[in-house]
Amino acid sequence: MWSLALIALLTCLIASLMTTPQKQHPHSLGELFNTFSMLAIQGFGGVLAFIERELVDKKKWMTRTEFVEEWSIARTMPGPPALNLCIMVGAKHFGWRGALVSLAGMFMFPTMIILTLAIAYAHFGNQPQIVDALRGMGAVAAGMIGATGLKLLSALKTNPLGVKVCAALVILSFVGIAILQWRLLYVLIVLGGIGYVLAFLKLKDQA
Amino acid sequence: MNETLTLAMLWTDWFNLFKHFASISIASVGGPLVLLPEIYQFLVVQQSWLTDAQFSASIVIAQASPGPNVMFVALMGWNIGLNAGGFGWAPFAAVICMAGILLPSSVLIFVTARWVQANQHLRAVRAFKLGLSPVVISMMVAAGWLLATANTDGVRDWPLWLLAAVTAVIVYRTKIHMLLLLAIGAALGASGLLVMG
Repeated sequence: MWSLALIALLTCLIASLMTTPQKQHPHSLGELFNTFSMLAIQGFGGVLAFIERELVDKKKWMTRTEFVEEWSIARTMPGPPALNLCIMVGAKHFGWRGALVSLAGMFMFPTMIILTLAIAYAHFGNQPQIVDALRGMGAVAAGMIGATGLKLLSALKTNPLGVKVCAALVILSFVGIAILQWRLLYVLIVLGGIGYVLAFLKLKDQA
Repeated sequence: MNETLTLAMLWTDWFNLFKHFASISIASVGGPLVLLPEIYQFLVVQQSWLTDAQFSASIVIAQASPGPNVMFVALMGWNIGLNAGGFGWAPFAAVICMAGILLPSSVLIFVTARWVQANQHLRAVRAFKLGLSPVVISMMVAAGWLLATANTDGVRDWPLWLLAAVTAVIVYRTKIHMLLLLAIGAALGASGLLVMG
């Protein structure tokens, strides 16, 4: 009886693993443009949290692990990291046209909105209520980015560095940046460099 | 009260403006926000193309509006254009600045992305993606932490910290639309509940 239940449970588990969400991809430049436009006009306080939710959870253009791997590159290269990621996604599916369309999607509507706001701000910007509302939105945006980072931590479970090394790197980086106020670039070079070397050696072992 | 500037920008000045943003674009690892001190030094102190108030307003408005944070660069350009002769120049100056900050880094990431895609099986490429993952994810969590605690006045601003923490839990655990959360944040702020006497 118990063994039957166990087998049933295991089957369910395996079945659920087999039917991991089907990977999708953008079908046209138009879809790419619309997706990034929608993201951009929602992205108050930065677009990153919205990109992760849209591309990973909703559109399923990439898995969380793939997102993290691409993010390693987007965050290390010069330029706005979220924008770098969009260019990478566009380029991956449609080459240089995809990259251009992603950029256009990110900027077209926000440009119109921001210029309207700039004109409005000249008139209402000093109202204390506006200032306080902006601070409230800032706090929410901070929570959104933090939570996105926390969600991405789950992708480290399959990292070949192993959970212990990953945890050490995560904690060291966090303490260094948030508490000790180390410069981001140094953290990226030193701790990122350590991670790179360790991963390089580890991958050699596996090959 | 409001200090105003009237500029006579020459073509060489516009070119220098473009050149400034293009040269720092390549150095902007982590995004252009890390370059704010350099931009301030150049536009406000050295060239006097932008007033202090215009500089800070550009950042505040960009953060209050949807879209990539780098839009503050467009607003700075817009304001320089206004200073240089009004609404005719503003869009031109905004485009100059955005092209400067975006072109070099975008071309570089495009070339890199193509190369990485073609060489994704190289050990060096896989090691880079996997080895840097823990650090860049941690940086994202730390960014949330820093944003939540920046611009706050110590313990007195605990309601803002609480709001950030509650938001983090909700975004982590649920699929509630994040625009709704932003609207709630704005409403709480405007109602004065987040400011302790």
